[in-house]
Formats: sequence, C-alpha cells, structure tokens
Amino acid sequence: MTDLALLSVRGARKRFGPVLALDGVDIDIERGEIHALMGENGAGKSTLIRCVSGVHSPDAGSVSVAGVPARPRTPREAELFGISCVHQEVHLIPHLSVAENICLGREPTRRFPFPGIRWGAVRERARQAVERVGFEIDVRRELCTCSIAAQQLVAIARSLDCGARVVILDEPTSSLNEREVEALFSVLRRLRANGLGILLVTHFLDQVYRIADRITVLRDGRLVGTRSAADLSRAELVAMMVGRAIHREPRAEQHASRAEQPRFAARGLRRRGALDAVDCSVDRGEAVGLAGLLGSGRSETLRAIFGADPIDAGTMTLDGHPVRPGSPREAMRVGIAFLPEDRKRDGIIPSLSVRENIILALQARRGVFARVSNREALLLADRFIAALRIRTPSPETPVHRLSGGNQQKTLIARALATDPLLLLLDEPTRGIDIGAKEDVLDLVRSERERGVAIIMASSELEELVRACGRVVVLRDRRSVAELMGSAVDPTAIVRAIAEAAPEPDVEIATRG
Amino acid sequence: MAEPRPHPGVALAAIARDLLWPLVALAAILVVGAIFAPGFLTIGTIDGRLVGTPIDILNHGSKVAIVALGMTLVIATGGVDLSVGAVVAIAAAVTATLVSEQGVPWPLAVPAAVLVGTMAGLWNGMLVTVLRLQPIVATLVLMVAGRGIAQLVTGGLIVTVREPAIDLIGNGASVGLPNTFWLLAAVFLGLALLVRRTALGLLIACVGDNDSASRLAGVPERSVRLFAYAVCGSCAAIAGLIDCSYIRAADVNNAGQLLELDAILAVVIGGTALTGGRFSLIGSIIGAMLMQSLTRLLYMLDVSAEIAPAPKAMVVLAVCLLQSSVFRAFVGRVARRQEAGTP
Repeated sequence: MTDLALLSVRGARKRFGPVLALDGVDIDIERGEIHALMGENGAGKSTLIRCVSGVHSPDAGSVSVAGVPARPRTPREAELFGISCVHQEVHLIPHLSVAENICLGREPTRRFPFPGIRWGAVRERARQAVERVGFEIDVRRELCTCSIAAQQLVAIARSLDCGARVVILDEPTSSLNEREVEALFSVLRRLRANGLGILLVTHFLDQVYRIADRITVLRDGRLVGTRSAADLSRAELVAMMVGRAIHREPRAEQHASRAEQPRFAARGLRRRGALDAVDCSVDRGEAVGLAGLLGSGRSETLRAIFGADPIDAGTMTLDGHPVRPGSPREAMRVGIAFLPEDRKRDGIIPSLSVRENIILALQARRGVFARVSNREALLLADRFIAALRIRTPSPETPVHRLSGGNQQKTLIARALATDPLLLLLDEPTRGIDIGAKEDVLDLVRSERERGVAIIMASSELEELVRACGRVVVLRDRRSVAELMGSAVDPTAIVRAIAEAAPEPDVEIATRG
Repeated sequence: MAEPRPHPGVALAAIARDLLWPLVALAAILVVGAIFAPGFLTIGTIDGRLVGTPIDILNHGSKVAIVALGMTLVIATGGVDLSVGAVVAIAAAVTATLVSEQGVPWPLAVPAAVLVGTMAGLWNGMLVTVLRLQPIVATLVLMVAGRGIAQLVTGGLIVTVREPAIDLIGNGASVGLPNTFWLLAAVFLGLALLVRRTALGLLIACVGDNDSASRLAGVPERSVRLFAYAVCGSCAAIAGLIDCSYIRAADVNNAGQLLELDAILAVVIGGTALTGGRFSLIGSIIGAMLMQSLTRLLYMLDVSAEIAPAPKAMVVLAVCLLQSSVFRAFVGRVARRQEAGTP
C-alpha cells in the first residue's frame, strides 16, 4: 500500500525548542482521495503540513510522492514534487490580476522582438487552469477584488497549473459561507474524480463527514489513528480528538443552590461571523465551563462578553442590570475581567516589569490621573506574586523573561487586581507546565470560593470537569447543551459536542 | 537566572545602565573635541554671562532636545512624527506674522503659536488613531504640506521680528546660562511630571510595546496616542519660537530643516527603541546634546557641511551598536574565541 500511495509520510518528527510538535506521524494520501486531517489546537496539523510542503524540514521521517522520496526544502521545491498548499489566508499577491497570480514565476516568455512576457498566453493559460478547476472568473480582475472563496479557487487553479498531484487545503472553509463551502466542495469532488489527492484540514465535523473519504486524527503531535469516514462515528471522532479521560479527577463540588438571580446571564448572543445564539449564565461563587471544538465559539463568547468583539444582538445582565460592553474598558468598569487566549499577542506587555503588567488593568480602570502609586503597586505585586506563586527574580523583572506559566499567572494577577465580579478565562492552562496548571486550577477554586463568578473556556475536558460545576456545550457557534452536577463528565461532554447538527440541505447546482 | 535580588535601587540602576553608553559617547566627543579643536571646551564670560563653544552647543542643542522630548513620546507609542520640522516652520511663521504684521502682543502670540503646534499634533494623531494610517505616512502629509502652509501664513516672505521679548528667548541668558536651556529644563520638568506623576508614562509604554494587549487591558489606546502626538506638536512649536528668535525672523524655507531626523536620532541614541515601549526623556536630551556637539565639532574641524552627515552617521551607528544586546553578545563571543585561541 505504501508504494502505491500518492503521498506517503513516515515517522515525521519535528521539535521546536523544548516542544515536540510532531512525534513520529505516519499518513498516506491515495489517488482520488479526500483525506481530512483533524485535531485540536497544538495537535500538530500545521506542523505536519509545513513539513510536507517544504516550509519546515522535519527532524526525522520520510516523505515520498508516488513512491519517490521527496524532501522539499522550500515550498517551491514541494511544488516541483507535485505538492501544493492552499492556506487559509491565501498566499497570493492581492494587487495582481487573477491570471498573473496563477502564472506568477512561470510566465510564458518570448525573445522576439524583445524579451518579455507573453501576456496573451498568460491569460490563456490562466483561463485553462480556471476551467480545469471548474469555475468562472474574469482572469483579468485584480485578485483583491474577488471574494475570499474565489481567491481560494484561484489558489487551487494555480496549484493545478503547477502540476500539483497533492493539494493541501489548510482550513479553507473557515471564512466561507454555506454556498461558498458547497462550491468549494464540488471543486474538490471534481479534483478527486481526476485522481488528485487532497488533504483537507478543518475543524468542522459536518463538513468532514460531507466530503472526506478518510480521516486522520492527531493529538499532541502524535498520530491517534486513520479511519475511514464511513466507519467512524462522530462521538468516536471527537473522543479521538480530545482524548479520553484517563482517570477520574476530583470534580468540582456542585453549586449548592441556584440563586434567584444569577450574577451574570447572557441570552442569544450573536455576532456576525462569530456567534449565532449563545446562552449562558453564572452565579456568585460558581465556575461555568464552555466546551466545544475549535471554532465552535468558545473564545468568541468570552470576547463578546468582554466587549473585545461587541455583540450584534442578544442581552446580558450583571446582577440584574442590563450591560452591553462596547469595549474592554466598559466591561472592566462594570466589573468584568478577562484572561485572553493568546498570551503573547493579547496578554503580556513584554518589556515591562511584572509589577507594571500586574497593575495595568487596575490602572486603566482608575484612569490616567489616578496613578497607582509605586508603594501600592509594589504591595499589589508582592501580594499576587506570593498568592499565585509567580516565580520571578523580582517584581521589576521584565515579564518576557518569565516562563509561560509564570507569564500566565501574571496575567491572571492583572485580571484579579481589578477585583472583578465576573472573571472570564480563555484557555487558562494552555501552553504551561503541569505544576503551573495545578496552580491555575487551584486559583480558579479559591476565587470561586471568594464569591467571584467564573466562566472558563477550555479544550481540556478533564480540566473543565475538575474546575466547573456546570458546563455549557457549544457547537457551530451556538450553545447546544448544558450539563450539570453528576452529568458533567468528559464522556457526556464529548457526546454533546458530537451530536449531529441538522445537516444543511443546500445543494447548489454546479457545473461539471 | 542570575538576577539581582530586589532592592529599591533596581529601577534607578536600570536607568543608569540605559544612559551609560550615550553618556560615554558624549564624553568621547567632548574629549576628541578638546584635543583636536582648540577652544572646543573653552568657556569665558562677557557681561556676566557664560560664552564659548560649550554654551553654544547648549543653546542650539536645547532646541533639538525640546523637539526630541516630544518625539520620544510618539516613538514610545510605536509611531514616529516626521512633521516636526514643518511644524517648526509653521510656528515660526505664526509668531512672526502675528507680532510683526498683526501687531498682536507677544504674550498672546506665543501661546497662539504653541496652540497651532498642538493642533498640528492632534491632526497627526487623528490620522493615526482614527483613520489608522501608518504613522510615517500620516505625518509625511504634514511634513510635505506644512511648509506650504507656513508660506501661506507669511505670504511667501521672510518676516522679521523686532519684539525684544521674543529676541530674549533664543539670544538671552539668565543666571549665566542661555534662556533656551532654561526653556528646555522647564519643558523637561513639565513633561516628566506629566508622564511620571500620572499613569501616562506607563500607558504610553504599554501601547507601544503591545497595543492589542493594552486595549484588552482597558488602556484608552487612542487617547494615549493622540496625547503623544499633541505633545510632540507643541514641543515642535516651542522649537519654532526659538528658531524665530535666533534669526529674529521667520524663514519658512530653512526653519527646522531636517530637524525631524536629528530629533529621531537623538531619541534613538537616548535609548528609546523605534519599535516603541519603554522610553527615556533624559536619554533623548543627552542624545540631542550629543548630536549638537558632533555637528559643532565637525564644523570646527572644517569638515564641509556636505560631508558632515557621513561621520555623523558613523557615530550614531556606533552608539546604537553599543546599546544593542545582540551586538554586545556578538563582540563577547568573538572576544572569548580569541582568548581561547591564544593560549
């Protein structure tokens, strides 16, 4: 089977510093196959794609195309081997025409009467490539005037024009609407019929079952397995992706009694392209978990509540009063604090000290002219450094010198320093070591006991079960289930995530 | 991790460490000057005021330093203001026209000129924060248009100023030192109090270091940026007053010419990174004085004005390399290898 496979990867291994991003992964893509690659964040999907398409070179392992060993060192070399990659954000030149993009770097040239590019031939070749993909577009149009969906099809056309035999699509559908998704899928089916191998990375379960022949799941850089889509139930697939509960963890004691009025309640939160209908509520001293796959609306819900990406519709109340933060500042003013998911991009102020990072949110809330005095800042910093066991040489150490876990604790300290009524935690334990994870979970417990209401989004189900007495399950940007008390357990969450959503019966007439 | 134990002097020690290389470079220039240019360090007195090359440097360096102070805040937010030279010209034009042609008394004309500078800064800040233009592009607009505006104000003429009070700004002295120096001291003190006694300094550094994180932490990012550009414009206008006073006229074609580059270099030499974040006001003053000393030294060494930028650039490069931790680590590695190589 190995020799026959169009693309075959054996034992791919890639290490980034201390992180083993890929650990001995095997994958085969056959001719005329659509193969889905799935896994949560950090599972190693992107690394695998980059190793195959020549962006990274793997530390160990082999790649072969139709039995011929291929070790592309650049994306260009990968194209020569017939491997082509279409990224989520299309890597083409926005201000060139469609035709120029398709032929970029391989333009037909002439020598007479003087050396130059045969623009007519460029357009003709582009038209043919577009036709092979099976869609219509004026190849003279500037690329950036086309929709994202059309740009992706242009990128696919370019791959075909390069002679690609394996086309890798990295999350192609995440910014497409349903019609565009169907159009893209009909193109993929057409390519499959022509004998191409397609590797599709996506996190939408429904789409995978609509189109994929086989599914490969990665988790923590390791291969979990490759299965035929027809034989794999949704629940099994989700369990493969998130991993099963290995042992029973002590669960969060159930919240004693539902108060008359929740501390915070959200109804029908909606934001175009991010949330459809999300409900959730949390009482004083309660921790509520948000579960769901990547792209289900976990982070989006928290960001919407915090006003970072304000909602278009829906209602929110805090202690019975309606709130609708239009910005993080407004959210902080009413007593909401937020720990962002991407620590580096949205969290730390790298060159500033631990002390300055801790007081930042408090300072911003008090306003420019009510400066937090050095004395108060040091007291606060010392208090949180001790309480959260932040390991830092001094409060004056620039925060970028700390380990990931201690940076995370610094950010939690920043949120807690504002003394919030409602604390929003987005993946509070991502990318930190085991010890720090325990500290963070302890912290969630002690804050809850102090009466803070907590909403926590996490892709680690065991953690959610441990920290939260109640879990709201999100799927496709909607809240679809709420588990409470003894029902909160990883298996039940997996089942709730996997339940098939009603299939959209949109069949769009396509050519071909 | 080999970090010093926390003690109250940590912050002060850090400031001293950041200022070390600019101060060393300034001292080196003064030493070179003392050796090769006779009279470079000579100070005399005339009528109870100090005169001599060092005093000249202080006088003219103060103008650059005032602009650099404002520029420091803008650069700390991660931006840059290319329009300061043009704002200098506008402020000079406004002052001269108001005083000489409109007969406005100087106590009104001077604040008016500074206010015009503030407005120019707000305009830049508005382009950057509301329209989200890149700072280089946004301030390039006024850099190009500014001199035209100044021409409109003066009607294309060089307007002379015969107001003694204005004359005193650039050509007078108090307690032995030039008035421009005292003006610089006042601007520095005012700004230092403003950014260090309030949270502005912290917020400016945050916005420059990571604006996405700052916004999520509730920092009013737009207002902070607007403030920085407004201060920068005001500082440029004060420099415009000085310029107008030096030559007792508003010469809009030459006032503040290439000043933006000197100011940016002064800030960089002073240890504030062009990428934004932490900043040092005092460092920028040292940087400005360094630039002025260098200019003056080259002039005294008979280096022609056309060639002078080349040696200037060398010094700037040297100071920046000395501050770069990457470069210092590289030199350290080379030095160690040589040690290992020679038994």
